[in-house]
Amino acid sequence: MNEKPEKLIDKKGIRLDGRKPDELRPIKMEVGVISNANGSAYIEWGKNKIVAAVYGPREVHPKHLALQDSTVLKCRYHMASFSVQERKSPAPSRREIELSKVIRESLEPAIFMEYYPRTMIDVFIEVLQADGGTRCASITAASLALADSGIPMRDLVVACAAGKIENTVVLDLFDTEDKVGSADVPVAMMPNLNAVTLLQMDGILTHEEFEKAVNMAIDGCKTVYAMQKEALKTKYVTVKSEEESKEEEAEE
Amino acid sequence: MSIITKVKQKQIEQLIEKNNRLDGRGPLEYREMKLEQGLIERAEGSARVLLGKTEVIVGTKIETGEPFPDTPNEGVLTVSAELVPFASPSYEPGPPDENSIELARIVDRGIRESKMIDTEKLVIEPGKKVFVVFVDVYVLNYDGNLIDASALAAVAALSNTKMSKYEIEEGEIKIKSGYEQLPLKKHPITVTCAKIGNKLVVDPWLEEEQVMDARISFAIDDDDNICAIQKGGSGYFEPSQVFEAAKIAKEKAKELRKKLNW
Repeated sequence: MNEKPEKLIDKKGIRLDGRKPDELRPIKMEVGVISNANGSAYIEWGKNKIVAAVYGPREVHPKHLALQDSTVLKCRYHMASFSVQERKSPAPSRREIELSKVIRESLEPAIFMEYYPRTMIDVFIEVLQADGGTRCASITAASLALADSGIPMRDLVVACAAGKIENTVVLDLFDTEDKVGSADVPVAMMPNLNAVTLLQMDGILTHEEFEKAVNMAIDGCKTVYAMQKEALKTKYVTVKSEEESKEEEAEE
Repeated sequence: MSIITKVKQKQIEQLIEKNNRLDGRGPLEYREMKLEQGLIERAEGSARVLLGKTEVIVGTKIETGEPFPDTPNEGVLTVSAELVPFASPSYEPGPPDENSIELARIVDRGIRESKMIDTEKLVIEPGKKVFVVFVDVYVLNYDGNLIDASALAAVAALSNTKMSKYEIEEGEIKIKSGYEQLPLKKHPITVTCAKIGNKLVVDPWLEEEQVMDARISFAIDDDDNICAIQKGGSGYFEPSQVFEAAKIAKEKAKELRKKLNW
């Protein structure tokens, strides 16, 4: 598994895991998975398995962080020690601290922060298994969890990456492609507002390749956005049918 | 945000709408930039950058250490950033917070992804012993746009870095007299744009940073390629603004490169 593959993409444009350049990995989402939390979601994105949960709006802790005209959004992105090949120390790494910050900043524009002054909203993200593109999957799950908690939002935030492997711009890189490939461009956005809320890149891209990658990632975001909405609806359709069957029983 | 800045917010936005700025600059104009190299004799390399009133000093140190297991044939680069408590009334002593970690990681990515340092030449014994290059950023005065100032100072300090000559005798390193340059391949330049109102400006100073929606930074290498990007701040960009910012960054990097003779 640690062997570097010779080729990431073959002559026909098929990638190591059998995908075409503009193809996403299989994605599954479920809303309302942590009963104690105010909102939660689970996402499986390829081999990524991630849980996100939201608490709040609730009392600010520590108190001096409270804002008079806005809520305070806190975000913790954390990887489980067993989520990667070599055991990861459970203490937050510099990477996790940076990711917590950029994920928070990608979610903030979606929330009506001024609705809940002097409160705090906590977003907790736990990566159970990582396979490249965890920040994108985390943002997608976290915004579902926020929506599930009932916090008013301008739009769902959805994220997807594009990148470059061996001179081809491709969508949604998995772990090996991310490590061996030449660039990775994660993008988060609110599709209805045409607003990019996270953009990072590492690697080397020309300006043309960069624009191509961003546009490809945006298209990917839109596909995932449709799945996100479906996942939200599914939870409430299930709740509704359960309620209805209870009512029927009561009538009998 | 301070009350004074809140009062000024509207004025800053209105001025930028008309392509003016509170400090008299045009939207795509940097503040006055001063660069000094080699000012810390004890460090292997050093540089001090003044960007308006923002002041950053970077020192480099070279030690021997182990390579990362996945890159046995490459030296190691480590970047840290210290927001010195006297640099701003809002800074406090303590372990690095998310802002200083983000700053260090942006500077790190610019250097690493552009392949600026020829890390393959820093190997003493493959898989066992390599040179570790420490790049430590010290922010001495914060008046906005730490990213561009720190990235510039870091690249300048690396260009100024000297290593002792050495030879290997029976697996031991023997230091010889004389120095040679740290092997470098590229000189990345980082350009940050802030979105204020619905306009983009480069090199935001403190008050502009406090009222901006978001910022975006691009590291551009010697061949005009983009090698690292970071969006920050609690606002958003439209995709067209992202592409516009990329073009601005490319032009400004070219201009700075010419000025710096890199």
